[in-house]
Amino acid sequence: MLLNMGPQHPSTHGVFRVVVRTDGELVLESESHIGYLHRCFEKCAEGNNYLQVVPYTDRMDYLCAMMNNWGYAAAVEDLAGIEVPERAEYIRVIVAELNRVASHLLAFGTYGLDIGAITPFLYAFRDRERILKIFEKLCGQRLNYSYVRVGGVTFDMTDEILADIEAFCDYFDPKILDEYDNLLSYNGIFISRTSNVGVIPAELAVSYGVTGPSLRGSGVQRDLRRDAPYGIYDRLEFDVPVGSGEMGQLGDCWDRYMVRMREMRQSIRLVRQAVKDIPEGPFCDKKAYRAVKPKAGEVYKRVEGARGEVGFYVVSDGTNIPYRVKARAPSFCNISILDKLTSLSNVMLADLVAIIGSLDIVLGEVDR
Amino acid sequence: MNLFVFTNFFAQTGKDLKNLGDYAEAASTKWGLAEPGVYYEGGLFFAGLIKWLLSTTEVSSALPFAGTVNGLMTSLAADGSIFPELGGLLITIGVVFGFVNVFAIGAVWSERKVSAHMQCRLGPMEVGPHGLLQTVADGLKLLTKEDIIPRLADKPLFAIAPAVVFAGVLMRFVPLPFGDKLIASDLDLGLFFIAAVGAVEVLGVIMAGWASNNKWSLFATIRTATQMVSYEIPIGIAFVTVILCSGSFSLMEIVNQQGGSLLSADDGYTYQGWVWHWNLFRNPFMPILGIVYFIASLAECKRAPFDLPEAESELVSGFHTEYSGMRFALFFLAEYAAMYLVAAVAVVIFLGGWWSGIYPLDALGTGPDATIYTKTLGLLVKVGVFLSKAFALVFVQMWIRWTLPRIRLDQMMYVCWKVLLPISLLCFVGSCLWELVSGGASVFGFGIVVE
Amino acid sequence: MARLEIGQIIAVIKEKLPEAVVEEILDGVDPFVVVKAEQWGETAQLCRDDSRLGFDLLSCISGVDYPEREEGPEIEVIYHLDSTVNHHGITIKVKLPRSDPRVASVEEIWRTADWHERETYDLVGVIFEGHHNLVRILCAEDWVGHPLRKDYEPPDSFHGIKNVIY
Repeated sequence: MLLNMGPQHPSTHGVFRVVVRTDGELVLESESHIGYLHRCFEKCAEGNNYLQVVPYTDRMDYLCAMMNNWGYAAAVEDLAGIEVPERAEYIRVIVAELNRVASHLLAFGTYGLDIGAITPFLYAFRDRERILKIFEKLCGQRLNYSYVRVGGVTFDMTDEILADIEAFCDYFDPKILDEYDNLLSYNGIFISRTSNVGVIPAELAVSYGVTGPSLRGSGVQRDLRRDAPYGIYDRLEFDVPVGSGEMGQLGDCWDRYMVRMREMRQSIRLVRQAVKDIPEGPFCDKKAYRAVKPKAGEVYKRVEGARGEVGFYVVSDGTNIPYRVKARAPSFCNISILDKLTSLSNVMLADLVAIIGSLDIVLGEVDR
Repeated sequence: MNLFVFTNFFAQTGKDLKNLGDYAEAASTKWGLAEPGVYYEGGLFFAGLIKWLLSTTEVSSALPFAGTVNGLMTSLAADGSIFPELGGLLITIGVVFGFVNVFAIGAVWSERKVSAHMQCRLGPMEVGPHGLLQTVADGLKLLTKEDIIPRLADKPLFAIAPAVVFAGVLMRFVPLPFGDKLIASDLDLGLFFIAAVGAVEVLGVIMAGWASNNKWSLFATIRTATQMVSYEIPIGIAFVTVILCSGSFSLMEIVNQQGGSLLSADDGYTYQGWVWHWNLFRNPFMPILGIVYFIASLAECKRAPFDLPEAESELVSGFHTEYSGMRFALFFLAEYAAMYLVAAVAVVIFLGGWWSGIYPLDALGTGPDATIYTKTLGLLVKVGVFLSKAFALVFVQMWIRWTLPRIRLDQMMYVCWKVLLPISLLCFVGSCLWELVSGGASVFGFGIVVE
Repeated sequence: MARLEIGQIIAVIKEKLPEAVVEEILDGVDPFVVVKAEQWGETAQLCRDDSRLGFDLLSCISGVDYPEREEGPEIEVIYHLDSTVNHHGITIKVKLPRSDPRVASVEEIWRTADWHERETYDLVGVIFEGHHNLVRILCAEDWVGHPLRKDYEPPDSFHGIKNVIY
């Protein structure tokens, strides 16, 4: 039977369509269709100046907008040779890691929903709310921050907000994270639903350009924060959790899920270090704040987003409007492996939902 | 087969409460239902009312068939014999239907509250105190919503499917007691009836899924059929084991045995009923069987973790995806009614029915010196005990739903055929041997012997 | 394996395919090499299979339209390669004539190229030869034109939906 899953379907996390050919509950093959949210960010970027592009990057991966801002800002800074003040670098790490926690929390919650557990979702939102409150205090926005800008950040981080962040870290780690593990990670039904399902071998994952937690779930040690440090990540200590096949085969849904859960602890660790060491000083390059006009040239800059490597290829022709901006969206590459996974092994309809959830896609980014 | 135990209950109450009895007598004498001084049944009020309506109403002769209709009504009114039964039937239907509706409203509200408090939320708070009237408001909203039937749906099937599902559940309430003597009909084959009529619900679900002409609904339909047919078997074995131990299909009889001599010495129960006389402790296999029954009953009423037929993240909303308005509400009603039903059956067959398990409490209102007040109090206690046990089980169902993820289809089949079925069969054989060897003694060594 | 500098990477490519590299720009913000379009397929194979290079991750494929180049109108396809083993990367460009931009598909070498090439075809209009299913991916199937071409004019309406310009 040909089954049209999406574009409106509860577990495709947006407007994503998979045409599946099924035999009863078994999925024989699938074909993904994307583009329902396409608004051609790259074309829009060619009509605005360098600073005006920043809000567009928010709307790509709206769940970890800080990293998108950062990726774009870092690319333009490299292109124009702008020095970012030290304090701004620390602030960037803090907000990016908090945003990563918020994004992983959402991934955790919605994954629970996909598997049929509704309660973890609301637990996750309870704690995500605290992060969003901090961001709201910081920049007045809860989702599309446009906080990290070319040359620094938009507003300075006050001591009050730093105290809030520390309070959040103390609240969140380890008590809350352990609570999540009790609630979902080691639940028998959850393990039986996710282990040995949607196994991505490491080689296949790399070939399909899968990055981020989904790649690390397959046991590949790759994290741009460590392998190609940007910002001040080389000064901070953290581990890169990878999947180990504890509950089944290496690279199954459970591994990918667990990498995210473990990354949250590392993110909190990073935030704690950055909050402790944050220096005094300016929080942005005032000149870059007003206008940027890089020399002709091009740059490709990647940062480690919550879903994988967020890349920006920016070409300048010497004017204050970018000649071309191309975004590498991690979700775009991650979801392209779905069709392969359904053809690799016999998955059931419920597994398809589990696989899509474990890849943690954001359709705003897939379609841009 | 006494179809009107309810009626008898009202009649007895009426006899005790003098005014009620007098009124019944007066009313029925007035309408010529019986001779003065004869013992009257409670349903007579309604019977008398209907008879009075039939005999006084006349259809205007301007309408066609007026003569025939009037003649029919007059002859019906003249036939006094059918009215007591009709009245009892109406009361019975009214009580059961009313209970199901009120329970569903309360259960939906409490499900929302339970889930909310398990999820660090408050739940409905706006309509009424603590949102008590929220479900009523939602029900009204559903009533006023447009009834959408998809263009390519099989319209007649689509229209009657919710009614079939609801009727299937409602019918199973017939042999189900709510307390001592409070039963619509104490069928001799009560437990068998409950198991058999369950199939009607499956039929309704299949009709709904098929008629919707929606692939997701079809998926859900197949899942439902698979699931409910599979889980009928452990449930059936649990029933059979209980029947084997009790020696009766009747739910009243099964409960009475667990209460011992409380009912009456004439029935041959020689022991005092305590907790250990409940079927759950009757032999070492019964507790296991009770758990098996509870798990299977979750699957039977499509609750998490067995909510595959309506798995919202996979199948959008399952077999009722295309339904809206009141038809959707009927499915909802049926689901909650089924929740109560399986819980109540568990209470009857394992947890001692309306017996609290504390002899002095259960003995309230029995014995020679019982007055109308102690009798009424005793009855209320029994109803309260029964409902509390059933509601406690419903709460556990909710608790499980908001805690566990959903299992997959193949795992669901595995659990049924490779785990629950062998265990329940073992318990069945074990119970047989236990009964044979111990001669009916319970685990605690207290005999349950019906002389 | 060890991390190689950009010069060493180019040396390895040149050693195996002396004709392939036609241009090296190493003084920009990001250094890149330009590879002859005809030899791109072989170069890609080499980049992935040579253990010294080990470029197993194709990070991104971008298409850029240059209608006003001195050498004539061109379309550049830029491949950003990365190695998860050796932790080095390279930017490789292929320059194609704007009138007939055709280049070998690398979807057999890096599976991720499948969607990236479809996107580049969709938005820039580069034809990837040997791609098994080169159809539009982001725009609607019956969309006309390639939006990221510099001379692209947005249509006034699409299937009766008006294009509102604020």
